Amino acid sequence: MATSVLDHAGAAGIHPEKTGLWSWITTVDHKKIGILYGASAFIFFLIGGLEALLIRWQLMKPDNNFVSPEFYNQLFTMHGTTMIFLAVMPLSAMFFNFFIPLLIGARDVAFPRLNAFSYWVFLFGGLFLNSSFLFNAAPNGGWFGYANLSSKQYSPGLNMDFWSMGLQILGIASLAAGVNFFVTILNMRAPGMKLIRMPMFVWMSFITQLLVLLSFPVITVALILLMFDRLFGTNFFVPLGGGDTMLWQHLFWVFGHPEVYILILPAFGIISEVLPVFSRKPLFGYTAMVFSGCFIAFLGFGVWSHHMFSTGMGPIADSVFSLATMLIAIPTGVKVFNWLGTTWGGSIQMKTPMYFALGFIAMFIMGGLSGVMHSAAPADLQQTDTYFVVAHFHYVLFGGSIFALTSGAYYWWPKMFGHMLDEGLGKVHFWLMLIGFNLTFFPMHIVGLEGMPRRVYTYPAGLGFESLNRLETIGALILGFSFLVFIANVIKSTLSKVHAPADPWNGATLEWSIPSPPQEFNFPTIPTVHGRDAYWEEKRNHGGKLPEPARVSGAGIHLPSPSYWPFLAAVGVLLLFIALMHHDNKFGPVYIFAAVSVLFFSIFNWVFEPFHEG
Amino acid sequence: MDAHALHPATSTGIPNRKLAIWTFIGSECLFFASLISVYLVYKGKSLVGPYPHEMFEIPLVTAGTALLLFSSLFVVLALNGCEQGNRKKFLGWLAMTILCGFFFIGMQVYEFTHFYHEGLTMQKNLFGASFFTLTGFHGTHVTIGVIWLITIFIEGLKGHVPPAKALNFEMAALYWHFVDVVWIVIFPVVYLMNS
Amino acid sequence: MDSTAQAHEHNFPERAGEYVKIGLVLFVLTAMEVGAYEIAHREGVPLHEFLHTALIPVLIVLSAIKFALVALFYMHLKWDGPLLKGIFSFSLFLATFVILALLALFIYLGKFSAIIGPLTGAT
Repeated sequence: MATSVLDHAGAAGIHPEKTGLWSWITTVDHKKIGILYGASAFIFFLIGGLEALLIRWQLMKPDNNFVSPEFYNQLFTMHGTTMIFLAVMPLSAMFFNFFIPLLIGARDVAFPRLNAFSYWVFLFGGLFLNSSFLFNAAPNGGWFGYANLSSKQYSPGLNMDFWSMGLQILGIASLAAGVNFFVTILNMRAPGMKLIRMPMFVWMSFITQLLVLLSFPVITVALILLMFDRLFGTNFFVPLGGGDTMLWQHLFWVFGHPEVYILILPAFGIISEVLPVFSRKPLFGYTAMVFSGCFIAFLGFGVWSHHMFSTGMGPIADSVFSLATMLIAIPTGVKVFNWLGTTWGGSIQMKTPMYFALGFIAMFIMGGLSGVMHSAAPADLQQTDTYFVVAHFHYVLFGGSIFALTSGAYYWWPKMFGHMLDEGLGKVHFWLMLIGFNLTFFPMHIVGLEGMPRRVYTYPAGLGFESLNRLETIGALILGFSFLVFIANVIKSTLSKVHAPADPWNGATLEWSIPSPPQEFNFPTIPTVHGRDAYWEEKRNHGGKLPEPARVSGAGIHLPSPSYWPFLAAVGVLLLFIALMHHDNKFGPVYIFAAVSVLFFSIFNWVFEPFHEG
Repeated sequence: MDAHALHPATSTGIPNRKLAIWTFIGSECLFFASLISVYLVYKGKSLVGPYPHEMFEIPLVTAGTALLLFSSLFVVLALNGCEQGNRKKFLGWLAMTILCGFFFIGMQVYEFTHFYHEGLTMQKNLFGASFFTLTGFHGTHVTIGVIWLITIFIEGLKGHVPPAKALNFEMAALYWHFVDVVWIVIFPVVYLMNS
Repeated sequence: MDSTAQAHEHNFPERAGEYVKIGLVLFVLTAMEVGAYEIAHREGVPLHEFLHTALIPVLIVLSAIKFALVALFYMHLKWDGPLLKGIFSFSLFLATFVILALLALFIYLGKFSAIIGPLTGAT
């Protein structure tokens, strides 16, 4: 962690503040940043959930007019965009931030200020995207923004400008975090923690960051081209000018398919942490899990056109992508069998995290099965653009990612906040979520195969869709209610002030060896690791449970100083995109110049700040 | 100066910043690959002119290409000088690098203006759109590189880039080489692969 | 594990001569690229026939050599460990794959389908 170009002249610098709004704005502590991600993501998740409930209310009966067709388009677009970019990804980021340094035995990430920058840019991107509702111009072209519906001709309002620019902002946040965690995982492991001894969550996160780094540039380009079409009148995706709308689809899905692995791999990692602890058995087939993760990521770049089977690519393309997609089921299956192998013969502890982990396995298998059904191009011709697809991806994204993230939340809550979540309420949450989820999404397989199309605001009576849609809406309400139970649990547990021990679950990994919540410097001394499941090993060598770790003074441990430049640089990014929205205003160039100045000013001060990176 | 703080141990032995810039470069490969793909996919598909063979001035672009290549040589000589603590070598070659960068940008600006006056705009046809986007983003990267190098030059003049701090210059130099390497691809693909 | 401190002391060999030689080779290769282009466009000149058909592969080879020289020598990859080589190589591999896949899907697939389609009985 070399210092800046400026002379390293005594970086005592700013006196660190531990509390108050300013401490959150200037924080570079990965744990605080993790909590910021988690809180923001959860709020966006609730917003996305509200959008879903509105969709379901509209679809509850045929020929409904609860919402207009135009607003419906905004609802499903924002629901998808929000859930993917503002909920699942940042919820995963909460765990990356809080736990990767702890799991590898480090004091922080490689670039703490860049880490803060990523968070603020994400938050501003999410606010930018959602501010569109205030202008009655929420994105309405689907979360995938197909051309040339997204063109100025067919989307004359600001909706798709909010969408393309909002996603660009979010892309910047993700790319910065990608570099940060990639370097952190490679470079900041505790002595003795070889790559092949890392916790599985770290491995899956590592592969996820690699996917982010390699796939986000492609959507960056696609969005640039779209923005140029809309703002400057180019014809990249405008057929009248020679543009090819298929190019958008290819560029989008070259990003979009790795993106779904970005959404699921951290979930895989969480499950691979929870199952061993609650089966009191090491993860079965560690090496196979690593290699299957790598294989999924690698192959994930070769299957994207399975989203395009109905676009007339021709038999060769269809066959190639069908085969590749079927192939990717193999390493995924390997993982499922290894999870089962982990629990087999174990001493199962039925605590809330385990409920959600087992629920994940069941739901994810179902989602995987419908996925492999899609992989056969001929079959997909019937399934595509119907609710069958909606069922598939909700089984893998909700049944998969959300169940796993919830499992992680219950598992890691005591470490993050210093108190346990209530087991009783946790189990109520689980059952309501499982039942509500299946009631909502299972019938979609059926109505989908019976022909109910996606992304249409209503359906006529007499097609046989009514009763199942009503059931789905009831399921969605139960699902929504289950999250109220979770919120009640959080409030009750926070108020109860029952303190959680450092190691409530008899954990296998290093985060359980330090107090709950951890002190700012994480470890009083950086541990030396001798194998996998480092903390189980430590306890084994000690002959049993270790005493509760004491909170120590931490004097002499150098920590990165807080800084407001990442926040200001993020403001600069936001201002730049707001300025771009006003590009045809006569002051447009002035706004852009001002925004770029803020950005450059912040970056220069950031670089030359007397910063001690610990 | 605290040597440990300046070069802390890392698990791979590679400093964090060096690993970071290579990671960023890896990511940028995909960025430029996408832009190049768009150019190639739309090659020959413009509905109206002007067309590439009417517009390109190969001698000018070749001169720019040579300048950029030599600038890579100059920056590596400058880095060598910096690492050895040879101030004259460091700053002298760095100044030459920056000069080459300026001239390259100048060549691009001239080319863009000339094309514009000849009727090729981004909006005119697919060639204009994909050409200006690809080379424009490359040029933007060059400009950012020049700003970065100028910053290091100024810091170097102030004596703030001793051998122990050479890593910060190395990062900029790697970025600069990458920008050159992208041009090594763009030059033949865009300018020379024409019938 | 900290090679950077040692490197700082005595691992910056005087490679200036080597770098200048590479620079000259790069210049010559560029001249060859431009030369190939010019010959391909001038009838009656020696090698015109060959270069007219093979211009693209020739340019690819020449630029690949330049690319490799800058990456290996100027960017120091030749002397760096497998990690940095791996990061760059994998990114390049994926970048090449994306370019080739899009070219195949947009330009060449139509031609393949036209040949293979009738053979399989598909339309």
